[in-house]
Amino acid sequence: MHLVLFLIFAGLCLAGALNLLFQRHPINSALSLIVVMTSLAVLYLLLGAEFLALAQIIVYSGAIMVLFVFVIMLLNVGAEERTHGSRVAYLAGIPGVLALFAILASIFLSLTKNLGSAQLGGFIVSTSDLSRVLFRDLLLPFEVTSVLILVAILGAVVLARKEH
Amino acid sequence: MIPISWYLVLSAALFSIGVGAFLIKRNIISIFMSIELMLNAVNLAFVAFAHHWHQVSGQIFVFFVMVVAAAEAAVGLAIIIAVFRSRETLNVDQINLMKL
Repeated sequence: MHLVLFLIFAGLCLAGALNLLFQRHPINSALSLIVVMTSLAVLYLLLGAEFLALAQIIVYSGAIMVLFVFVIMLLNVGAEERTHGSRVAYLAGIPGVLALFAILASIFLSLTKNLGSAQLGGFIVSTSDLSRVLFRDLLLPFEVTSVLILVAILGAVVLARKEH
Repeated sequence: MIPISWYLVLSAALFSIGVGAFLIKRNIISIFMSIELMLNAVNLAFVAFAHHWHQVSGQIFVFFVMVVAAAEAAVGLAIIIAVFRSRETLNVDQINLMKL
């Protein structure tokens, strides 16, 4: 059960991410990023993070991606064209990225024995557990974050406003 | 029963694809979306480690990353709109001057 769900949604994640990489039109990339984020929410549920799974769907695939799609449609973005810069990026970037992935994957796979395995329901963090830590031990960072969001709202309004 | 390392390898794969998309894409909005993909990949690693050590703090860190990502998306997209108003392009090869 666990293995089947993991394989399905990990596959969806990878397929969505690769589609994001290969699509030329930003709206296709945005929609495949929504697929990645929603399948990540299912993986969070498998790891027992139920609050984060819902927050992932609401905040990421809801709020942030709607903002992206809205801006893409507002600016009427067309498909991107290939330039000299992207040819250089292909030549230098793809081997570098493959090397990065090979290093990270070999490190993680060599630690397989020490890291153990994840069971379905082995560690479930309920929303009350999470909020107890968040509002008792980490109250100050939480409040600072609210100031950060306020500043971000003001900055977004000021930057996107039309100048008269 | 799935090894935690599989989740971490998936996270590494998503992160690498994000880095690749960041390098290859020429549209500033696509570049911004690949940054979001990298943030998501790191979040998956955090949740996997939180599961392994039975610690809530890993998940709280993901919560904060989400909040900062939302703030960053709002400001970044506002900057993109401002750039598009003044340059009429979203290609990063053509956006190379601080001031017109």
